[in-house]
Amino acid sequence: MATENAPQSMYRSEEGLGIWEHRGKVAAVGIGHSPTERRWDGSRDTSVGALSILALRKAMEDAGVTPDQVDGLVITPVTTTGAFWPEEDPLPWDVIKSYNQTDDPLDGIAKLSAEWLLKNMPELTNVKYTQYGPTCMSNALNVASQAVGDGLTNVCLVLKAWHNLPGRYYQSGPNAHDAIQGTSAIRTLWGAPACSGTALQFAEYCRKYGKTHDMMAPFMINSRRNGLMMPEGYWYQHRPEELTAEDYEYARWIAKPANLFDNDIPIMMAGAYLFATSERAKDMKQKPVYILNHASSEAIPRSLTPSLDEVEAETASTARKIYEGAGITAADLSFENMYDGFPQFHQFHIEGLGYRGIKFGEALDFYQTDISIEGPNPVSPSGGNIGAGRSRVWLHTDSIQQIQGRAGARAVTGVKPEIAVSGGPMPLGGNYTVWSATPD
Amino acid sequence: MSKQGVNPDELSQPFWDAANNNKLMIQNCITCDRLQHPPESECRDCENGELEWKEMSGKGKIYNYVVVYDCPVRMLQEDQPFNVAVVMLDEDPGIQMYSHLPGVPADEVPVGANVEVIFEKLPNGQNVPEWKISN
Ligand SMILES: [Zn+2]
Repeated sequence: MATENAPQSMYRSEEGLGIWEHRGKVAAVGIGHSPTERRWDGSRDTSVGALSILALRKAMEDAGVTPDQVDGLVITPVTTTGAFWPEEDPLPWDVIKSYNQTDDPLDGIAKLSAEWLLKNMPELTNVKYTQYGPTCMSNALNVASQAVGDGLTNVCLVLKAWHNLPGRYYQSGPNAHDAIQGTSAIRTLWGAPACSGTALQFAEYCRKYGKTHDMMAPFMINSRRNGLMMPEGYWYQHRPEELTAEDYEYARWIAKPANLFDNDIPIMMAGAYLFATSERAKDMKQKPVYILNHASSEAIPRSLTPSLDEVEAETASTARKIYEGAGITAADLSFENMYDGFPQFHQFHIEGLGYRGIKFGEALDFYQTDISIEGPNPVSPSGGNIGAGRSRVWLHTDSIQQIQGRAGARAVTGVKPEIAVSGGPMPLGGNYTVWSATPD
Repeated sequence: MSKQGVNPDELSQPFWDAANNNKLMIQNCITCDRLQHPPESECRDCENGELEWKEMSGKGKIYNYVVVYDCPVRMLQEDQPFNVAVVMLDEDPGIQMYSHLPGVPADEVPVGANVEVIFEKLPNGQNVPEWKISN
């Protein structure tokens, strides 16, 4: 039977569920990353399938686990948000045929199934559990956490991969047509770019709280700085350029008040983790990072785009779920790695969390204080999508590495890395994981 | 503005048919007495209520806006930069509609201003609700 999306029952999406029943009994151990590229060059060894295999093998090696010990695989089957294979383009049959295929020729090229991976990783001889966490690594992590806790798998690989194709993002398909379908037209006919929803919320935020776009600069500079210390990331590998306040403020607008840097850069990459029961994790090569809770937001806006009121209500609710299931409070967080791709909603996430006691409307002032990895209040030490490219993976990699003491130049030094939270993407609609150095 | 044409589908047909008659109709759940937009196949709240299409007054307020400089829709790129405003309906401020606010210069959008619906003809002859600042 083909792998399916995880059932609703695997997610912790309600308030009032109490402490997570598997708190501290599931751990992340291994990390594997492929190299990054801006776009696919069409060759076999750089396809999204190839990058995924590489990342999975690295995660096993990092954990010191042999492939036959792995019994679960949780992945995100979608590998883009906007670079879909153009209908009119010929398929790259030479690459497709060089792998063991599934029924879908774009499998391993512009999407990814668990079946494709298993066909092309013959060393995974004992995988009995496969499941999809749609959209994001954040989602797949929640599914893997619950699956390991529930005993569906004891040693589980988790993967998210991204392809990116030549040509501009989002500009093929219906956006290039002369006429579009009626229901989608109600949202898309006015041509608002992808960042517009977040830009609208940011505009309302600035009006309500008296803030300005330039107040984002310290956050953007900090994110790029942290990203340039993330050797797995795109900016580190390909464009080691610091960002200045002037670069940021004078960048061209995309959908004002969102400019070029208020959008993350689409890339190719694959990131993988090895999860295990805490019992199994003890004997592996890296220090286990224990999962205290996972939580989800499933809110959808009343109409076209979330209002600031909807955003604030939901981020506050998400934080209550995060803290309740983990049995912690905001004061227990050593650092935060909430999602940033779009950066103009990072402040919603951390205000909802009440990170370092900040309240709604205070995050941009907080950004003007010391938010560096050296200070007492690290913000986004991973550098996020802004500092390392569009993967939605760095936030988790960094959380695990910080707690394992493997974050290298990015290591937080103003706080002891003990408990962290990471996740996203959107303030309405996201998945979150609480990581800990100890199981209790 | 050089908008694309629209081909109504089953779910949205009443909305677009109404626009062709210069009317603004929004989906409503009779059971919940609650509007929803964009339309869906069932009421999002009660899931089994009877859905109808209800005529609106065509009056609203500008809630928010962005100015688009880099548009993913090919046909609109020649009009950059342009406004994309969010209008909330007087009948229910939770219901939003997008607007290019024809005639309002880019980035000179009066947030909070009263607006009223007008109808713009698309290249394929379909009408679309648009909005203008009320006198
Ligand atoms: Zn109803």
